[in-house]
Amino acid sequence: MTVLTSTTHELLRFATAGSVDDGKSTLVGRLLHDTKSILADTLAAVERASLAKGFEGADLALLTDGLRAEREQGITIDVAYRYFSTPNRSFVLADTPGHVEYTRNMVTGASTAELALVLVDARHGVVEQTRRHAAAATLLGVRHLALAVNKMDLVGFDASVFRAIRDEFAGVAASLGVDDVVAIPLSALQGDNVVDRSAHTQWYDGPTLLEHLEAVPVGEDPALEPLRFPVQYVIRPQTDAHHDHRGYAGRVAHGVVRVGDPVVVLPSGRTTTVAAIDGLDGPLDEAFAPQSVSLRLTDDVDVSRGDLIAAAGEAAAASQDLEGDVCVLSDRAIAAGDRVLVRHGTRTVRAKVVAVSSRLDLTSLESSAYDGALRVNDIGRLTLRLAEPLAVDDYTRLRRTGAFLLVDDQEGSTLAAGMAVVARCHQG
Amino acid sequence: MTTRRLSQLDALEAEGVHIIREVAGELERPVLLFSGGKDSVVMLHLAAKAFAPAAIPFPVLHVDTGHNFPEVIAYRDAAVESYGVRLLVASVQDFIDSGRLRERPDGTRNPLQTFPLLDAIESHRFDAVFGGGRRDEEKARAKERVFSLRDEFGQWDPRRQRPELWDLYNGRHRAGEHLRVFPLSNWTELDIWEYVAREGIALPEIYYAHERDVFLRDGMWLTPGEWGGPRDHETLERRLIRYRTVGDMSCTGAVDSSAVTIREVIDEVAVSTITERGATRADDRLTEAAMEDRKREGYF
Repeated sequence: MTVLTSTTHELLRFATAGSVDDGKSTLVGRLLHDTKSILADTLAAVERASLAKGFEGADLALLTDGLRAEREQGITIDVAYRYFSTPNRSFVLADTPGHVEYTRNMVTGASTAELALVLVDARHGVVEQTRRHAAAATLLGVRHLALAVNKMDLVGFDASVFRAIRDEFAGVAASLGVDDVVAIPLSALQGDNVVDRSAHTQWYDGPTLLEHLEAVPVGEDPALEPLRFPVQYVIRPQTDAHHDHRGYAGRVAHGVVRVGDPVVVLPSGRTTTVAAIDGLDGPLDEAFAPQSVSLRLTDDVDVSRGDLIAAAGEAAAASQDLEGDVCVLSDRAIAAGDRVLVRHGTRTVRAKVVAVSSRLDLTSLESSAYDGALRVNDIGRLTLRLAEPLAVDDYTRLRRTGAFLLVDDQEGSTLAAGMAVVARCHQG
Repeated sequence: MTTRRLSQLDALEAEGVHIIREVAGELERPVLLFSGGKDSVVMLHLAAKAFAPAAIPFPVLHVDTGHNFPEVIAYRDAAVESYGVRLLVASVQDFIDSGRLRERPDGTRNPLQTFPLLDAIESHRFDAVFGGGRRDEEKARAKERVFSLRDEFGQWDPRRQRPELWDLYNGRHRAGEHLRVFPLSNWTELDIWEYVAREGIALPEIYYAHERDVFLRDGMWLTPGEWGGPRDHETLERRLIRYRTVGDMSCTGAVDSSAVTIREVIDEVAVSTITERGATRADDRLTEAAMEDRKREGYF
C-alpha cells in the first residue's frame, strides 16, 4: 500500500537572526509564551531568576538562554532549537545568536530552515547585521524572509517608521533575489502582533508573526526534482528467509523513486533498475524526499555506502573538480594548498584546495577577487581537486546534494560549510 | 493532483532512522542506551525498522542503578527478547560493592550512573552511544547536537561542539573520543506518545495509572524502597498515580493521574502545565544549571 499524503500536521523549520539587543531572545520567548508552549514550572523558574536580577516581571529572554555562561553574560552563544506547535503546524526554531563573529551560527541555523526571521530594532532600522543575516540566509537557500520590526512601542507605533524600514529591507531582499518577504511591526516585550493582533497598529492589515508562520508554504514538491538517493548502509540479513536480500538503505534527498525506474549509480556510472522499495512499514510502489527507505536493484551491481543513486538521464556529472562557496566555521583558516576532507552525501574524500578566488562582502553583498586565506565567518569561493570523483549538484537547484562540508583531516572537526556552484550539464 | 508530503510524525521517524543508519554506516562500535524508558524504547523501535529485515547491528546497554522499578526491569528483559538484541548491563551496585563509588547521603543514585557508563564505553571501546535525549526536555539540551563529541573523559564542552549543517553529520573523532548520538533530538514528549500510540509500542506498566503506596517528598510522590524512603516524618498513602519518566526510584516522582489508556495519557500530556522533568525529576532541580553540569561530566 502506498500512502502519499498524510497532511494532518506539518512541520516548518525556521531560523531567527538579529543583532545584539534587537530583542531576539525576548521575541522567541514571547512566541513560546503566547503559543502556550511554556509550562508553568519553567515560567516560574524564569520569574524567580528575573526577580533575582532585579527585573520587573518575567524576562522572557531567560527562557532561551540555556547555558550558564549565557545567563551570566546576558548573551546567546550557540544555536538553540525550540519546539512549539499550533493546531495546524509544528515548528522547529533554530535560535541563532547575532554577534558579528557568529555568522557561522546563522549559517548553521539557516542550513535546515525554510524561513528566516530577521529582527531589527525599529529605532535603528536596517543595519549592517541585518544585511549580513539576510545574505547568509539567502546563500543557504532560504526562500522565505520575514522581517520583524521590533520595539515598535519605543517609536510610538509610528506607521511611517515601519514603512521606511519595510521598504529599505525590500530593497535588500530584491538585491538578493528573494521574492517572498513579509515585514511585521511588533513589540516582543509587550506582545503586539506576535501571536495576538495589536490594538496599537490599526494602520497595519498584514498578518501577525504567528499567522505568517502558519501560512507560509512548506517544502518543495518532490515531483519537480530529479531523484537523489545517497546510500547509507547495505542491509544484508544473511538469513534463510532473506538469503539473497540486498537492500540499499538511505533517505531520499530529492525527488521521487518508483519501482521500475531506471537509475544510475554514481560515481561508477552503472545503470540499473529499481526492483523494489522497502519502506519502514513494508513494501512501497514509490518513495519521495525526505523518506527513509531501502532500495533493491535488479542487477547485481556493486553498490556501497557513499554511492549516490540518481535518476538515469538526470544525474550530475561525477567530477574530481569542485567549485563552491564556503562559509568558514572554525578557527582554522582555509587557503590554497591546504589538504582537507570533503564530505558530500554519505561519502568522504580527500581533497586539496586549488585556489581561493573571491570573498563575499556581506555588507555590500558584493563579491570581490581575493586569493588569501578565508578566516572564520568569511564567505568565499574556492576550487577543490578531489582524490575521487563526486557527483555534486548546484546548490541553488538541489540543496541536499549541492551541500558539502570541509573537514579537518587530522582532528575531524568541521571546518566549513560548502555550497557547490555547478554549471548545468548532465550525464547518463 | 497528488501531493507528496510527510506528516510531522513521519518526518521525525524518517529523520531518526536516517541518523541511526548514519551511525551504523560511519562508526565501528555503536551501542544503544536502553533504560526501559519510553524514549529508549522508541529508539529501539526505530533501530529495528532501520535495518529490517536484518537484525539490529549493535547491542543495547542498560546502566542499572540498582534502584529500578521491578516492572521496568521485567519490561527491559522482555523488550530485548522481542527485538532480538544483545543486552549489556553496567551496574552501579557493582561499583558501590567494589568501593569504586560511594553511596550519596540522600540515597539518590542517578548522579552515580556516569562512572559505570564511562567505564562500559571504555572497556567495550564503544565509539558511538545512542541516547534518547530530546532538545525539548531541558534548556541545556536545547543546544545539544545530534552527533555530540565527547572527550576521553566523556565530557561535553559546549564551546567545542561542531556546527551541524543540513543532514551531514560528522562522526570523525580521535582515538579515545566518542560520540553521543541523539536520534530523537527534534521530538517532543507529545511526539513520543503519539508515535507510541501509532506504532502500538508496549511500554512499562508504570507509565499508566495504577494504585500505589507513595509518600510526599519535595513536592513529588515517591515509591518506598530500600534506597531510603519513607523517613520517619513521611507517611505512606495509597494514590492513583502514573509516571511520566522512568528513572532511579529515589528521584523519580509520580503524578496523580487516572490515565489508563494511551489516548488518556496523550490527552493528559497535551494539557499538562508542568514539564515532564520539572514534575518528576528531583535530579534536575538541584541547581539552575543542574543538567548542564551533569552533561559536562559525561552524563547524557
